[in-house]
Amino acid sequence: MSLHEPTTAPDGARASGPEAATSAMLAAEARPPRGRRGRAATGRGKLPWRKAIRRDWQLYTLVLLPLAFFLIFRYLPMAGNVIAFRRFQPGGSIFGEEWVGLRYVEMFLNDPTFWNVFGNTLTIGLVSLLIAFPAPIILALLLNEVRTRYFKRFVQTVSYLPHFLSIVIIAGMLLQLLSLEGTVNQVVRAFGGDAVPFMQRPEWFLTVYVSSEVWQTVGWGTILYLAALTQIDQSLYEAARIDGANRWKQTLHVTLPGIRPTMITLLILNIGTFMAVGFEKILLIYNPLTYPTADVIATYLYRVGLESNNFSYAAAIGMFEALIGLTLILSANAISRRVVGTSLW
Amino acid sequence: MVTITNDDRPRIRSNRPKRMKDSRGYRVFQVVNGAVLLGVVFVTLYPFLNIIAQSFSGESFIRAGEVNLIPQGFNITTYQLVMGDGMFWRNYGNTVLYTVVATAIAMVLTTTYAYVISKRNIRGRGLLIGIAVFTMFFNGGLIPNYVLISSLGLTNSIWAIVLPNAISVFNLLVMKAFFENLPAELEEAAQIDGLSTYGILLRIVLPLSKAVIATMVLFYAVTFWNSWFQAFLYLNQQELFPVTIYLRNLIAGASTASSLGSGSGDLAQVASNIKAVTMVLTVLPILCVYPFIQRYFVSGVMLGSVKG
Repeated sequence: MSLHEPTTAPDGARASGPEAATSAMLAAEARPPRGRRGRAATGRGKLPWRKAIRRDWQLYTLVLLPLAFFLIFRYLPMAGNVIAFRRFQPGGSIFGEEWVGLRYVEMFLNDPTFWNVFGNTLTIGLVSLLIAFPAPIILALLLNEVRTRYFKRFVQTVSYLPHFLSIVIIAGMLLQLLSLEGTVNQVVRAFGGDAVPFMQRPEWFLTVYVSSEVWQTVGWGTILYLAALTQIDQSLYEAARIDGANRWKQTLHVTLPGIRPTMITLLILNIGTFMAVGFEKILLIYNPLTYPTADVIATYLYRVGLESNNFSYAAAIGMFEALIGLTLILSANAISRRVVGTSLW
Repeated sequence: MVTITNDDRPRIRSNRPKRMKDSRGYRVFQVVNGAVLLGVVFVTLYPFLNIIAQSFSGESFIRAGEVNLIPQGFNITTYQLVMGDGMFWRNYGNTVLYTVVATAIAMVLTTTYAYVISKRNIRGRGLLIGIAVFTMFFNGGLIPNYVLISSLGLTNSIWAIVLPNAISVFNLLVMKAFFENLPAELEEAAQIDGLSTYGILLRIVLPLSKAVIATMVLFYAVTFWNSWFQAFLYLNQQELFPVTIYLRNLIAGASTASSLGSGSGDLAQVASNIKAVTMVLTVLPILCVYPFIQRYFVSGVMLGSVKG
């Protein structure tokens, strides 16, 4: 869910899965509506802090530990981003030593490698969005047409499975399947082709990444769509049938509009997080041979920061990426609110 | 062109004598659809079956590219080899330890915070919720996090694994929603009976929340069981690794499992075998509990979206 860095995301899950959508909805709900708050203030009157603490001090003590967690492990690192504008010494203050202004920003703007990884991030993010976003919708629609309940349940159960695997396992499977003697090359050979070392070929990386992304996420992604499908009013189908709509037309004019709010919510989230491509997976499956197409902003800043110890430089890149992500999600949300009337907040 | 199909409502067109049959096109679609979904099932399961087949195969057959679904040159020596490696079990034990400790910490922090922010009339509630929700959208990022953990001196300790991701805001909000739906009268009655806030939480609220607690424990446990990156960043002693890092080092080729090579010098030759076995053993616990826990996850994910 974090726009900034998938690696430190508290949920540890893929950024744009159903959890993300749900938490966004929960978050939107969690915010008290403005009007009500105002009324509460005038109506019953807010307790002064002193009285509130005397009454609820036990509740407040419960909150101390989790609050310390948020301050130390979430807010301190946020403040720590100032090292993007300061000289940082390993072992010194986490906020750096002295101001250097925009030096590190200028540095990466003039860094050709940065622009290469920036382009890779856009390509991988965009193609993933185009393919991995519609895939669960299609699967959900197909599942929705299944009449045999057990078969439907079986397909669902199997398709959720990849979601529960460690990314390390997925990377391991990927490397085995795509190795020279792996299954994919067995098929290639069976059709008379020559074995391809997929993981060493930059031109194959995008295909490998996106198809494994679909494999991982397509099943789990159907959950919210299937839930939305059951909410569609059955009388709409009846009316459509009376109007002479066949199955296909019913899908087009009843089913798809019925799940549109879900689609838009997930689309906004996907757009907002598409800069934060699957960093952990890429880190596990790329190698210097595939850097030309596989290296993304997150992996680049990982190498610059943690392998070459240029902390300030990497922090500057990280902030830049976060800013783009924030801009993306805010604009996607604004556009969707204006155009289709659905938005996260 | 226009076909009237009908499945569950046979009485719409009463001029037809019997339950109307599906159009021929739709019946064809049903068959194709079934086939496509079976294809999805096969593609999803294939990597698992392939790994399992490899784990029982002779390495020479794997290298010849002959292993797909059925083990070739069936043997269990690779299992014996991997399971005979002390470091593997050590790392496996670490995974169990980290998962248990991290889940325990996470549950304490999440439950207490969720309980407090579920109280509608507590002063500062909006602020407390805001503090948590804000971190869903903004995050310090890799480098500042790394710098922080290092300067706190958590490197090479269990705390670097179990503390930094102790609260998942998603789980927090699910729990908060659950607590909000508990009947307030029970707590009020308990208060009148003289129970303290702590007593109410421990003796009234938590026993009523077993379902959501079980779900949250599962959410956290699976996440921590699968996690690797924290360990990858902050641990550099082999005895501390979780099994995911053990596996990662195998597949990255930078094998630290020196004992597996046992001086034979042909580690590369047994690698595919060993990788497959290690993967199977790592994924086994998840596969075993998966059929039983899957529905909790689904219901947990949908908890928040019911209203939407």
